[in-house]
Amino acid sequence: MLGYVLRRIAIMIPTLIVISIITFIIIQLPPGDFLSSYAASLRAQGEVIDEAEIRVMRERYGLNQPIYVQYGKWIKGIVTRGDWGQSMSLQRPVKDLIWQRMTLSMVLSVVSLLVGWFIAIPLGVYSATHQYSPLDYIVTFISFMGIGTPSFLLGLVVMFVAMNYMGLNVGGLFSDQFILAPWSWAKVVDLLKHLWIPVSILAFNGTAGGLRTTRANLLDELNKPYVETAYAKGLTERRVIWKYPVRVALNPFFSTVGWELANLISGATLLSIVLNLQTEGPMLLNALTAQDMYLAGSFLFLLSVMTVVGTLLSDILLAWVDPRIRMT
Amino acid sequence: MNNSDLLLQMKDLKTYFFLDEGTVKAVDGADLEIKACSTLGVVGESGCGKSVAARSIMRIVAKGGRIVNGEIMFHQRLRDPETGSRSSNLVDVLDLAALNPHGEKIRSIRGAEISMVFQEPMTSLSPVHTIGNQIGEVVSLHQKLDSKQAREKAIDMLDRVGMPLPQRTIDRYPHELSGGMRQRAMIAMALSCHPSLLIADEPTTALDVTTEAQILTLMRQLQEELGMSIMFITHNLGVIAQMADRVAVMYLGKVVEDASVEDLFYKPLHPYTQALLQSIPRLGAKKDRNQRLASIRGSVPDPYNLPRGCPFHPRCARRLDICDKEEPPLVKVDTGHQVRCVLYK
Repeated sequence: MLGYVLRRIAIMIPTLIVISIITFIIIQLPPGDFLSSYAASLRAQGEVIDEAEIRVMRERYGLNQPIYVQYGKWIKGIVTRGDWGQSMSLQRPVKDLIWQRMTLSMVLSVVSLLVGWFIAIPLGVYSATHQYSPLDYIVTFISFMGIGTPSFLLGLVVMFVAMNYMGLNVGGLFSDQFILAPWSWAKVVDLLKHLWIPVSILAFNGTAGGLRTTRANLLDELNKPYVETAYAKGLTERRVIWKYPVRVALNPFFSTVGWELANLISGATLLSIVLNLQTEGPMLLNALTAQDMYLAGSFLFLLSVMTVVGTLLSDILLAWVDPRIRMT
Repeated sequence: MNNSDLLLQMKDLKTYFFLDEGTVKAVDGADLEIKACSTLGVVGESGCGKSVAARSIMRIVAKGGRIVNGEIMFHQRLRDPETGSRSSNLVDVLDLAALNPHGEKIRSIRGAEISMVFQEPMTSLSPVHTIGNQIGEVVSLHQKLDSKQAREKAIDMLDRVGMPLPQRTIDRYPHELSGGMRQRAMIAMALSCHPSLLIADEPTTALDVTTEAQILTLMRQLQEELGMSIMFITHNLGVIAQMADRVAVMYLGKVVEDASVEDLFYKPLHPYTQALLQSIPRLGAKKDRNQRLASIRGSVPDPYNLPRGCPFHPRCARRLDICDKEEPPLVKVDTGHQVRCVLYK
């Protein structure tokens, strides 16, 4: 097992190198660079730009160098100094910008995922064990709504209702006075007060999928002979269901948790824009449109790292819950 | 017959499945008797209702299925509260068919008084729990032992069923064992509370012949040691000859012949039984190499549309005019030999 984990970690290194190269190429793919889109936006505002000035800036940012030199400098900075480069549009080091955003995104995603599971699993079990009962139909109906409704739309509806009928300001993750304040207990409480809205919206979407998975898997497992064996032992129905088929039916949750997290983070972008959340999504989107290559590249690279690490974690988790999976 | 010998008596049991496609009369008026410390073999083709009859006794009939008629009288030998051993004087008769299938009473019987070994040792054990966990669970459920005692009991049972290295096997998962070993573990689990009746539903069908022989020998040996009855369900008449004291032949949900094992093989009465026996290939019976093995013509009728009269009449070689009109009664031909056929009226 330990050898397996070490080997997997060793394989992750070339994977991450390849990912970083591809990320860098992708953000360079659109024609032009940050300065040309910067100049274009200035011109659109009617300002006159000196071509010579642009040239000097391009020199300063190293944008006139070949791609591989730029890539080498970027990676060297990350590996040797933890320096992720400079955000050109925000005029600040990338590392000062991304960590708070990433942390908030992580908190939002992990909490939504756990809340989603907490609701999806019991409801899915009920739905499967009471197949075609009225409540199963209701749960199924709501879960299809959950799958079908985009989270940003739900976000708009919730905002509208909260503003108009309850007089609540539900945008953002913090109240105004806390946005720039340093972390404190009061700020955490304030975060929790704001967090429940995006969490319930994301969990509603996540619950729906998880519920369908639980229901479908459990329906398969319920007919397996080992369930009959468990009944024949004289166990209560609840004990039989929760100890045996549910245990096996939940395996997909463990095997998908790795990319589910990265998925939630990037999937929440639209919702974050709608609800004005200070998470990773909106900033990544802005960086991409502004061709702010180091900021965008760093986000993409970190998301990829999370997916790769998450996949390893979910494989280890799955091996732990299902002894049939061998680590060789 | 001495009534105190009786362990289980099934009278006119009907278990129907109410499905969207129609009603399947899986068991349609079956009568069986199991005596204490003996083996009843139940034979029949796939779909004749033998497994459903067994599950009706345990009250674990699958969804959609329900006992609609009949009774299953179980003569429970009560345990002496001090020694824990069964006494033959204290007998409590209860009708299993009348119990709530989710109730406490039937759960106290399942696994403790009547237990079951299933056909597929590959899939009948949970893949994600150790053998010890699965055996220990029954023991601690019915015998109120703590986890350490339950584990010792489980090791002891694994030892009894001839599992090599029981101390180590107990922590193994089913996929780490061979088919025969898994079936031994199943038997250990079923017998861990010393039931008075073991229902074995084709326990050796999925095993190869040498393993099958070992498992059958083991079951007979444990039957003697523990003094229990076995209801042995199979479609293999050779296994019946080896295991059973009495045999019930089932066809489309009914018991068509009920006899001692000797009578069944030497004096079969029902045309279906006769046809079944003729369809067995025999070693040494080399008449003509090109002679075809006898088979029963036709196939088992559609379960949604059972034939009127005797269910076997469309395939019967000795059919009379009356057979498709009148349901044949159970005829007592000899002591302990009953047959459901108009030929013996």
